[in-house]
Amino acid sequence: MSVPVLDALDSLESEAIHVFREVAGEFDRPVILFSGGKDSTLLVHLAVKAFAPAPVPFPLLHIDTGHNYPEVIEFRDAIVARLGLRLEVAHVQDWIDDGRLTERADGTRNPLQTVPLLDSIVEKRFDAVFGGGRRDEERARAKERVMSLRDAFGRWDPRKQRPELWNLYNGRHAAGEHVRVFPISNWTELDVWRYIQREGIALPSIYYSHQREVFRRDGMWLAEGPWGGPRGNESLELRTVRYRTVGDGSCTGAVESTATTLDEVIAEVTASRLTERGATRADDRLSEAAMETRKREGNF
Amino acid sequence: MGRDLLRFPTAGPVADGKSTLVGRLLYDTKSVLADQIEAVQRASVDKGLATPDLSLLVDGLRAEREQGITIDVAYRYFGTPTREFVLADTPGHVQYTRNTVTGASTAELAVLLVDARHGVVEQTRRHAAVLALLRVPRLVLAINKIDLVDYDQGVLEAIGKDFAGLARSLGFSTDSGDDAVVTIPVSALVGDNVVERSPRTPWYEGPTLLGHLESVPVTGPEVDAPFRLPVQYVIRPRTEELHDYRGYAGQVASGTVRPGDEVVVLPGGHRTTVASVETADGPLEAAAAGRSVTVLLADDIDLSRGDVIAAAGAPPRVTDAFDATLCWLSEKPLHPGARLLLKHGTRTTQVIVGELRDRLDTDTLALSVPKTLAINDIGRVALRTADPLPVDDYADIRATGGFLLIDPPTGNPLAAGLVGNPLGLVDLPSREPSTPGP
Repeated sequence: MSVPVLDALDSLESEAIHVFREVAGEFDRPVILFSGGKDSTLLVHLAVKAFAPAPVPFPLLHIDTGHNYPEVIEFRDAIVARLGLRLEVAHVQDWIDDGRLTERADGTRNPLQTVPLLDSIVEKRFDAVFGGGRRDEERARAKERVMSLRDAFGRWDPRKQRPELWNLYNGRHAAGEHVRVFPISNWTELDVWRYIQREGIALPSIYYSHQREVFRRDGMWLAEGPWGGPRGNESLELRTVRYRTVGDGSCTGAVESTATTLDEVIAEVTASRLTERGATRADDRLSEAAMETRKREGNF
Repeated sequence: MGRDLLRFPTAGPVADGKSTLVGRLLYDTKSVLADQIEAVQRASVDKGLATPDLSLLVDGLRAEREQGITIDVAYRYFGTPTREFVLADTPGHVQYTRNTVTGASTAELAVLLVDARHGVVEQTRRHAAVLALLRVPRLVLAINKIDLVDYDQGVLEAIGKDFAGLARSLGFSTDSGDDAVVTIPVSALVGDNVVERSPRTPWYEGPTLLGHLESVPVTGPEVDAPFRLPVQYVIRPRTEELHDYRGYAGQVASGTVRPGDEVVVLPGGHRTTVASVETADGPLEAAAAGRSVTVLLADDIDLSRGDVIAAAGAPPRVTDAFDATLCWLSEKPLHPGARLLLKHGTRTTQVIVGELRDRLDTDTLALSVPKTLAINDIGRVALRTADPLPVDDYADIRATGGFLLIDPPTGNPLAAGLVGNPLGLVDLPSREPSTPGP
């Protein structure tokens, strides 16, 4: 009897589960970065599958910019409660309040996540940090390893990356260093959506079409919030939108969409002429090498 | 069963248009979206170019764009209605062995690029030798820039024949029936035979590059090999209803496993049968190479991470002394007597390097006896490990014949190791093509 060849999603799932298990076997204090967004929700789903019927042997960590969508925070807390996981939250606001960070003039807090992340890693002695980064997202990420060594400053040096051979991941590191781990490196945005559909994974409601008061800035639809806006000649209007990515509210735009089901979202992603970051992330439009710069500084 | 997945590297000398070819594949399969194209157009204008430079789609780091080079392996994703592709774009210059080994280790096929004006060059020989050593089952030679030789059939066929001779001497079959070596004339710049068939090469009857990539089998020889599963993790829920549950988690490295199969646990040597093969979605009737599963055994055996569950009828050999071929990846050279770490499957153990037996000159394929191995060198060594390891010859099973050598103080990988003599290195110097070219 022949056994069917794995299809693309089976193959990507098996690869991600292998990575989770390697980290569980080789590291002392791993943690999963979890924001409640679709990629980190997918990560948690894969972690559950990797260790079933035992519980996931890692806690979750959310670097909370404070610029959130209430639906996403509600969703985050519901997942944590349902799966019986432990969630640590590092609030960017705490770092601003005690002077370790200063609010930026443009109000964007995405770049401010790096310091709380690195401080949390040191304080909790995390040695492996799972992130939902995908190589198809951006050109600098295309060069990222599945297991990426970071020095005590959390820095990424693309010239000093370790070769990754076969499925033999090498997570050895010195005291003070840690490893960033990207189990869904090889997934595309479409793979993520198709898998979410296949597995029936619940997502925050803002990924589906809804009515929202938004204003136009830099060619994106931004929602009203504590991050400032609308200002000057920007004005709020009611639009039918959904989010393709969920990040800091100040720099994550909604796209106009009537996609209310997964089938419609997949059809829309398939037909899209823009990448998810190009369409909805102001932080990646800052310069040609915005993502590379943030990664070198220790962000994901 | 949905679309399947093919992983493949591209390799070629600097400036032979590899990034342009990759850009062309992405562009012509509509895998590049408007904002990326606009970014390339803006950057091309800034550089004073008349036409968009498709290589800018690929070279992602600031230094790469500034210097016009590719620094490190980059992964690209594209798809067609029948298949998804993961392309490892491996730069061809200084650390070429390291990059090619990285890209080729998980591949079922590799695309080698040559310039139609230069044909098979030294780098092509080196790349092909590394790909042969790593047992990549299929090669595609893309002869690029055919527009610059006026689509001359004679020139292109001569290069194809030259390459077929090289491939045969490295152990590839060049029978046209089994598609192990395929030569395709392309122009990445203009798009000839990459995705669209070119009207300028009417004499060429083979597939386009994409057509070939879509039709080759995605499964490697691992599927038909004996069963191996390196245990990654022991799953013990310790709940009331699953009090005695003990699942051995791992990715099937080769072969197929089914409930009832007789297995042996190595290096210990206990024999038992497979009680069930599970995933989070429930039990499976069978699981083949590549699938991550949890295996439950009929008997209570002391088993932990690092052990290998294998087919009882065809087990790997358990040894603490063996010969291996190394691709040396580090700036730090290897001296005999070195004490290093070795990661094989899910076990890491100490290793002492004994005699350096020989070194392969990848240009001439000749052997010499070396004093050290330096970066990009390929050579055979004798190894002795602190713990016995269940190993297969790399030529038989890639997943349980490959290992890493690691530098103990830094944790950096030093070499890709292949158990045994996968190229038949000793025979190489005398091995000549035995059949005439096509």
